[in-house]
Amino acid sequence: MTATVATVEEGTDSPYALSHLDALESEAVHIFREVAGEFERPVILFSGGKDSIVMLHLALKAFAPAAIPFSLLHVDTGHNFPEVIEYRDRTVEKHSLRLHVASVQDYIDRGVLKERPDGTRNPLQTVPLTEKIQSEKFDAVFGGGRRDEEKARAKERVFSLRDEFSQWDPRRQRPELWNLYNGRHAPGEHVRVFPLSNWTELDVWQYIAREGIELPEIYFAHEREVFKRGGMWLTAGEWGGPKDGETVEKRLVRYRTVGDMSCTGAVDSDAETLEQVITEIAASRLTERGATRADDKLSEAAMEDRKREGYF
Amino acid sequence: MSTTTTEELSATTLLRFATAGSVDDGKSTLVGRLLHDSKSILTDQLEAVERASASRGQDAPDLALLTDGLRAEREQGITIDVAYRYFATPRRRFILADTPGHVQYTRNMVTGASTAELTVILVDARNGVVEQTRRHAAIAALLRVPHVVLAVNKMDLVDYQESVFAAIAEEFTAYATELGVPEVTAIPISALAGDNVVEPSATMDWYGGPTVLEHLETVPVSHDLRHCHARLPVQYVIRPQTAEHPDYRGYAGQIAAGSFRVGESVTVLPSGRTSKISGIDLLGEPVDIAWTTQSVTVLLEDDIDISRGDLIVPTKDAPATTQDIEATVCHVADQPLTVNHRVLLKHGTRTVKAIVKDIPSRLTLDDLSLHPHPGQLVANDIGRVKIRTAEPLPVDSYADSRRTGSFILIDPSDGTTLTAGMVGESFASPEPVKDEAEDDGWDF
Repeated sequence: MTATVATVEEGTDSPYALSHLDALESEAVHIFREVAGEFERPVILFSGGKDSIVMLHLALKAFAPAAIPFSLLHVDTGHNFPEVIEYRDRTVEKHSLRLHVASVQDYIDRGVLKERPDGTRNPLQTVPLTEKIQSEKFDAVFGGGRRDEEKARAKERVFSLRDEFSQWDPRRQRPELWNLYNGRHAPGEHVRVFPLSNWTELDVWQYIAREGIELPEIYFAHEREVFKRGGMWLTAGEWGGPKDGETVEKRLVRYRTVGDMSCTGAVDSDAETLEQVITEIAASRLTERGATRADDKLSEAAMEDRKREGYF
Repeated sequence: MSTTTTEELSATTLLRFATAGSVDDGKSTLVGRLLHDSKSILTDQLEAVERASASRGQDAPDLALLTDGLRAEREQGITIDVAYRYFATPRRRFILADTPGHVQYTRNMVTGASTAELTVILVDARNGVVEQTRRHAAIAALLRVPHVVLAVNKMDLVDYQESVFAAIAEEFTAYATELGVPEVTAIPISALAGDNVVEPSATMDWYGGPTVLEHLETVPVSHDLRHCHARLPVQYVIRPQTAEHPDYRGYAGQIAAGSFRVGESVTVLPSGRTSKISGIDLLGEPVDIAWTTQSVTVLLEDDIDISRGDLIVPTKDAPATTQDIEATVCHVADQPLTVNHRVLLKHGTRTVKAIVKDIPSRLTLDDLSLHPHPGQLVANDIGRVKIRTAEPLPVDSYADSRRTGSFILIDPSDGTTLTAGMVGESFASPEPVKDEAEDDGWDF
């Protein structure tokens, strides 16, 4: 807590106005505590990406000095950055958390899911996620989705009801008034909860800097062997790249988002510190999904379609 | 934004605001211009809009496509749902609830206004104050949005005449004041030409006030603690029961109104037990005082029975508890609300059984006329209701406290959010509705 009382131009705000980071933090903590108070088996989706790391940090603060009353769930595509898996396991150990893993590779090995021709596993996550939610009887599932990420997400509620197939029906959403969240659900249904709904990418980075939160190294500039596909720099590796005609080169890059290796692009960057990353993002003219996600470029409604099917 | 330093970016406050108006008033153009001129629309978003507009055969990028995120919306060319937009200037971070003008209009505007500290109401300078404008003003007044901006748009189409603007501003301000809107700021703009949206108008030198963005950046975020009743709804009891913290028992919640101090005498409702605050934990940092809307954990001197749903208040300023609530409501569900409807009522962090005892009147927002005993309320209706709760609740009047004077009604069978409620008198109830005989032995 470096700045509880904001220092804004004289006369505009009372000394009791919260800074935007304090306001967003307080709202997210309120959401975590509402879920703890109203649900039986909540779980936090934890990918080792920055948004899920911030979620976990907020949850730890919300219940301190007690342990967080939730476990973690990682949907593992099998195409992971080793730095991220290492970070995940270290974090689980450090806070004595319980980690559930839903493995896409497992489903492919069992023949339940088929590898797509383009090698992208992002859309394959939905079935393992849904089945894990059902088998573990999770009734609230925290996701790190933000409304500023994508235009279908901009219409998502903080408490978002899903049926037994995890499907999202944007026309049947409950209006959310004041901060009175409605978590009622039938057996078999669950509620996706988005504590970072009102955060932007810049807020997330500013909060990481303010709180001194550690991140996997791939968020900072480093040399990496990459090749170009669909206008993005992808990491070369066993998952299926490069193919014919694609050439590998060594570049100074960093990741703005962390997801499945096959569809998450790196950006050219020399930002080695949090300060430099924040400066870079503040000046960027591209959204993080536009810059780094191949799967959202498929169609105008790619995210909406995935969300309807039960995606994060 | 590129010249802004990290330090400047962190020292901003947050303003939640809503826009009201139809496409015809130029709302999309205004929102588009605010986002565009504050450099909040990024290249790939603009390119996506340009691609989509071109494939529809439109010459210019249709900025409405930025917020119309759902397939059905784009197919039908309408906005279905509240869209939240985020932008920032070096002075402030903004959360904009952009509410559609056509479908489910009242429900969406009420939703957007419930958390807004400011509402921008748009009128077309050629048409002036129309029925829809009065409806917008009524909702802003009903939801007690502290600041209202009247943006008189399309000034370019009335030759930027001061007299046109002055007449509209005067008519609107008189109407809004009558409804109890505490503050109206009228601004003459042309969203299309950019006059007084972000940059001051070069044409309307007769106007000396702020641009829309300047006003958004400087309007005080209202936290006048002196006139607030302090309220802390308990969300969760934190009990680590570890070797390090064997006896720690903290009451976690977000302060809904006012402030609390260490040493203060407090009462816990509905039980009425009293104690003193022995410590306040502000997310890991011990503090002497905390205020709305901070999320805190409060420690008390005495070990008394407190659980989720209780309300901690200063002993010297405790609200009365009641099982009979009269309120103005906005019905938000497709299924109607009827007399004798058995519902769940969520107030703060407590959810109780309740029954709708009476619907004395329905209200038409266009002219504020009352229709007695409508029997039921359907989606987007505003009305007065009388509710009996199974347990006593410490409710405030909505006029005193937006957080602890509001509630939602939930259908117990399918969990639908039925109705948004505001406790106490609204502007629309000139004479208090007469009570019929009370049934004290109400049985659930």
